Amino acid sequence: MAEGVGVAAGESLQSQTPDKETGHAGRLGGGMLIAGRVRSHRSISPATRLLPAVPAAMLKLQGIAVSSGVTIGEALVLDSEGFRIPRRFVARSAVDTELQRLSHAVAETSAEIERNRDAIREELGEQYAAIFDAHLAMLHDQRLQQELISAVRDRNWWPEYAVSRTLRRYAKVFQSLDNHISQRAHDIYDIEKSLLRNLLGQRRETLAAISEPVVILAHNLTPSETAGLDRRFVKGFATELGGPGSHTAIVAEGLEIPAVVGIGPFLADVSGGEPVILDGNQGVVILQPDEETIARYRLEVEAAETVAATLGRLRDLPAETTDGVRIQIGGNIEFPEEAEQCIRRGCDGIGLYRTEFLYLTSRQEPSEEDHYRAYSEVVEAMAGKPVVIRTLDLGSDKMLTATSPEEERNPCLGLRSIRLSLRQLPMFRTQLRAVLRASVHGDVRVMFPLVSTILELRQARMVLADVMEDLAEHAIDFNPKLPIGIMVETPAAAMMLDAFVKEVDFVSVGTNDLIQYTLAVDRGNKDVADLYSACDPAVLRLLKRSLDIAGEAGVPASVCGQMSSSVMYTQLLLGLGLRQLSVPAAAIPEIKQAVRSVSVADSRAVAARVLEMDSAREVKAFLRDQLRRLLAETVA
Amino acid sequence: MDQTHSRDFIVALEQGLHARPADLFAREAQRWQSRIEVVGNAQRVDGKSILDLLTLAAEAGTRLVVEATGPDAREAIDAIGSLFEQNFATDLAADAAPEQLESEK
Repeated sequence: MAEGVGVAAGESLQSQTPDKETGHAGRLGGGMLIAGRVRSHRSISPATRLLPAVPAAMLKLQGIAVSSGVTIGEALVLDSEGFRIPRRFVARSAVDTELQRLSHAVAETSAEIERNRDAIREELGEQYAAIFDAHLAMLHDQRLQQELISAVRDRNWWPEYAVSRTLRRYAKVFQSLDNHISQRAHDIYDIEKSLLRNLLGQRRETLAAISEPVVILAHNLTPSETAGLDRRFVKGFATELGGPGSHTAIVAEGLEIPAVVGIGPFLADVSGGEPVILDGNQGVVILQPDEETIARYRLEVEAAETVAATLGRLRDLPAETTDGVRIQIGGNIEFPEEAEQCIRRGCDGIGLYRTEFLYLTSRQEPSEEDHYRAYSEVVEAMAGKPVVIRTLDLGSDKMLTATSPEEERNPCLGLRSIRLSLRQLPMFRTQLRAVLRASVHGDVRVMFPLVSTILELRQARMVLADVMEDLAEHAIDFNPKLPIGIMVETPAAAMMLDAFVKEVDFVSVGTNDLIQYTLAVDRGNKDVADLYSACDPAVLRLLKRSLDIAGEAGVPASVCGQMSSSVMYTQLLLGLGLRQLSVPAAAIPEIKQAVRSVSVADSRAVAARVLEMDSAREVKAFLRDQLRRLLAETVA
Repeated sequence: MDQTHSRDFIVALEQGLHARPADLFAREAQRWQSRIEVVGNAQRVDGKSILDLLTLAAEAGTRLVVEATGPDAREAIDAIGSLFEQNFATDLAADAAPEQLESEK
C-alpha cells in the first residue's frame, strides 16, 4: 500500500492524475500519486483488506503562537524517549544494507519480546506472558512486514523513517476505534520504540548534536532538552503542550525563532525528516504542506528576511528623535545568552535582567556561584554598558525550590518578589552577594520588584548594606556605590513616589503589573482580560505622575513592560516624559526606528490629547490612528 | 479446486476479540494454506493478520463470518470453529509447547 509522498529531497511535487504514469510512480512501485495525497490503488483481490490508508494530506494544525516568525524546515520529532528520526531517504545503492539492518532490528526486537515474555511467564504465569505473544504476532504480522520492506526497497526510505511512519499509521487506526481495543495503540508504540532503539543503536544523538537546520516537534520541551541547543540549526519549535509563559515560549523568544505551543496531540501524525511549515505569527503548523503552500510561505520568509535586513541597518544608528532628543533603549533579557542579541541590535544597555530562570530550572536553590556566573556573563558581554539586575520576582507558587507554603488564594497579591526575599533572607543575601561581586566587572545596578512601601525599600537596603559589610570584611571586591532602584508596579509605589525618589537612584515602571493592580484585573482570566489595557486613563495618569515626580527629582525613569515594546505607545511615552525604555531584543530595531521617526514636540501634543480622554477605547483608537499616520509618513 | 467454506460465529468473549484471542486466531489461521478472511462490522480483513483482526474491533455479540478458500479450507474452518467453541479459553497450558507440559507434570 503506497502511503506518503515519496519525493526525494530537491525534487518538486508534481500533480498527477490517476491516469498518468510518471517516473515517480514507476520508481515508487506502482502506487498512484496525487500531489500531497495518496490513494491506494494497487490492484487487490477483493478479499484482501487493507488497513484504511490514512491519506497523507496536508494537515493544518492550530496552536498558540508564542514567538513570531515563519519558517519552513525539516521536522525533527522528539518523543518522550528522545527518539529522533534523522533522515528520510536512503541512497538506492544502500537499500540492501538497510534492508539487512531492518531485518536485524526486527530479529533483535523479536528476541527482546521473547525474553520479556519468558521472564514474565516465570514470574507471573502464562496469563501475563500472553500479551507478549500478541506483540510478537503484531511485530511479525505479514502485512506490516511487507510494508516496512517495501518502504525501504521501493520507496527508499530509511528504516527508521519507515518504522516510524508505518507503525504510527497503524497506531492511529487503533486510536480511532472507540472501544477498548484502541488501547492496542500502546503496543504499537512500544514496538516502534523497540525497533527504533535497535535500529538507531549507537546512533541516537542528543539535541545538542544536531547539524542540520530543523524544526523541532515535541510533546513538551524541558529546560534540559533545550540547554546547549545549537541555534544555528534550530529553526523553530512546535509542541503539544505549553502556553504563552512556557519554557518553550521563552527559549524561542530568546532565540528569536518561531514557536507554536499547545497544539494538542499531533506527533502521531508526523515522523522526522518531513517538511513542515511553522507559522509563529498565526500559531499554525502545517504538516505535509503542498507545493502551493510551500511557495506562499517561502515568499513570507523572504519578506521577513528583507525587513530584518532593513532593521539590521539601524543597529549603529542612535535612537534619536527628529528634534534631536536622545532616547536610551535597553534590552529585557531572561538568559545570559540574550545579552549578545541585544548588543547585535544596538542596545544602550540591559534595562531589565530577569533573574527568575535561575530559580525555575532546578529543584535546588541556585548557589551564589550560579548567580555570579550568570550575572558576570551578562555584565562582561555588555562591556561597560549598564546592566540592571532585578532581584527575584516570583511567588513561591512558581518556584521549584520552595517548600510548599500555605495555599495562597491570591498569589499575585501574596508572598512574592521583594516580600518573599525579605522573608527568606539567606536566599536574598545569596543573590545580593552575587550581584555585588559581579558589579566589579562593569556598570551594574540592582532593582527591587513589587515594592509597595517605603519600609520594604529600607529593609532591602539594609540587607544590601549588611551584605556589603560582609564582603568588605572578607576583602571581596564590589562597587560600594551600586545604584539601587525600584520597580514601580503597584499603585502604592506610584502614589508614594515622591518619598521613594529620595531614597533610590532610579526607577522603572513595570506597566504589566501596574495595569493589573490598578485596574484590579487578572489578565490571564479570559472573562475580564479585555479590561486589561495599557490605554486605560487611570494607568496613564499614574504613569504620568510617576514620570513627572521622577523627572523633577532628577531620578532616571524607564518603562519596561510590554507597553514600551509596542510602537503604538512610543509617541505617548515620549510625550509623557520618558527618555528610557527597555524592550525585548527583537523589538529594539523597531522601537529605535519609531523613535527616529518622531519628534518630542509632536509626542507631547499626542500625550496631551490622550490625557484628556476618559476611556481606554478612545485612547486606543486615537493611538492607532496616530500610528497609521506615522507609518504612512515614514519612508520604509 | 479451491473451495470456499464459511461459517458464522458470534463473539462470546466479554472483552470482544481483543489481543489474546486475535493472536490465537491469527496463529491458527496461519497454520493453513487457504486464504482466510473474516467479515464483520462492515469490514473484510485478513484472518492471518493480528493487526487486521484487531481493527475489526469486534465486541461481544458481534457476528463474524469466517471464509476460507483453498485446498484445506474445510479443515481450516473446523479448526477455527474449535477456537470459537472453546471461547478461546484454550487453556494456557494447551498453548505451551509439549515439552513444557511434560516438565510441569
